Amino acid sequence: MHRVVITGAGTINALGANVPETLEAMREGRCGIGPLQIRDIERLQVQIGAQVRGYDEQAHFNRQQIALYDRFTQFTLLAAKEAIAQSGLSFEGELSVRSGVVLGTSGGGLNTQDENYRAVYEEGKNRVHPFIVPKLMNNAAASHVSMEFQLRGPSFTVATACASSNHAMGLAFQMIRSGGATVMLTGGSEAMLCFGGIKAWEGLRVMSRDACRPFSANRNGMVQGEGAATFVFEEYEHARARGAEILAEVLGFAMSSDAGDIVMPQAAGAERAITGALADARLPREAVGYINAHGTGTAANDKTECAAVAHAFGPHADALMISSTKSMHGHLIGGTGAVELLACIMALRDGVIAPTIGYEEPDPECALDVVPNEAREAKVEAVLSNAFAFGGLNAVIALKGV
Amino acid sequence: MRTADKVIEIIAEQAMLDTADVRPEHSLDDLGIDSLGIVESIFAIEEAFDISVPFNANAPDDGAFDISSVAAIIAAVEALVAEKG
Repeated sequence: MHRVVITGAGTINALGANVPETLEAMREGRCGIGPLQIRDIERLQVQIGAQVRGYDEQAHFNRQQIALYDRFTQFTLLAAKEAIAQSGLSFEGELSVRSGVVLGTSGGGLNTQDENYRAVYEEGKNRVHPFIVPKLMNNAAASHVSMEFQLRGPSFTVATACASSNHAMGLAFQMIRSGGATVMLTGGSEAMLCFGGIKAWEGLRVMSRDACRPFSANRNGMVQGEGAATFVFEEYEHARARGAEILAEVLGFAMSSDAGDIVMPQAAGAERAITGALADARLPREAVGYINAHGTGTAANDKTECAAVAHAFGPHADALMISSTKSMHGHLIGGTGAVELLACIMALRDGVIAPTIGYEEPDPECALDVVPNEAREAKVEAVLSNAFAFGGLNAVIALKGV
Repeated sequence: MRTADKVIEIIAEQAMLDTADVRPEHSLDDLGIDSLGIVESIFAIEEAFDISVPFNANAPDDGAFDISSVAAIIAAVEALVAEKG
């Protein structure tokens, strides 16, 4: 059994174009949600989202790259560049073949699909660009990261809706722990803020039209976001031998399936993932000072999640802090757990707990310390990151400071 | 077809019941229609009458659209249809 540590982090999301900007926004409780700027917005009932604003793909990629990189791939590559630069690693020789990429996404190249369906169905075109398939495929981001940084080991994409990136990071952790890889670039990405991507969610009637207010009694739904976050997971001795700066240790991971309903979450399944992660990490529950919640701001998730946490932690549930940063960066669906892991690292390293903003009214069914509206300074030993997907698929990661 | 008959037909189909077994006083819960079934029924109503129903699954009880019983839904649909003119 090898120990696994995080030696690099990178992101681009509605809160910032990199990790420092994002953490600053989280500390300040800034909201990245606003009016969406997309085509045909007037035909949508949901007109808000946490969009990456002022983004110019041509500032980062050349013409040939743009022809192959959907927005979700672009976000991933930018996040990966930041994470790998921070780690100080370069992948050559033996390390190159001992390193891989496992990333989460739900929609993959949804913008590419949307644009091209529009071209053939709405505009009646009979010809599409030759690279639509390699651009839209869900593994495009993982493959381009692998190519760009020469990560030649186990590489693939995980799609478990809202838990995709937690599943991806959990698998990356397990691979290094079991000796199957030395370094894994992991995390997730999502770029679903296009007409079709929002219209489909709108249909489910769980979206808010004004704000994401997790755990607040007057919450009225989720708000979509976009972006990516990636991390360098590295075998501990390898990191130590080269004197790498260690951001946190990945201590445990567990997954479970509700095997119940395709959309309604069940507390028992969530609880099994939480207690499973603690057991895997060999952490007593009292060691957990902070949980980054799944906290979507829907009626169903938030009360189910609070019930699961209350039951899993017993009396300690009232002593720990639990916040949902989706109130700031929106719900990045398949990339959300990755952006949320940044808040976990901030809690461990900087002693700053990111708040749940937009919190207005206590809900007796969510009676935990949700760190309302303002970040808090607190020293925590270990943290959890929850992700509970549609389809009842749960994935919880445990981290510890170093 | 009368609005009421069409609404009952949609609800009956969702509940997998005969229209004769759907009574005005029934709640959707009585008919075994869960939250996902409600969302699907509302979609069918919107399509059938070409109306937009204000309904958020996060707060099904406090919307402009009363879904507390079959009769309430019929009344709400009739109002939306009348509003459409």
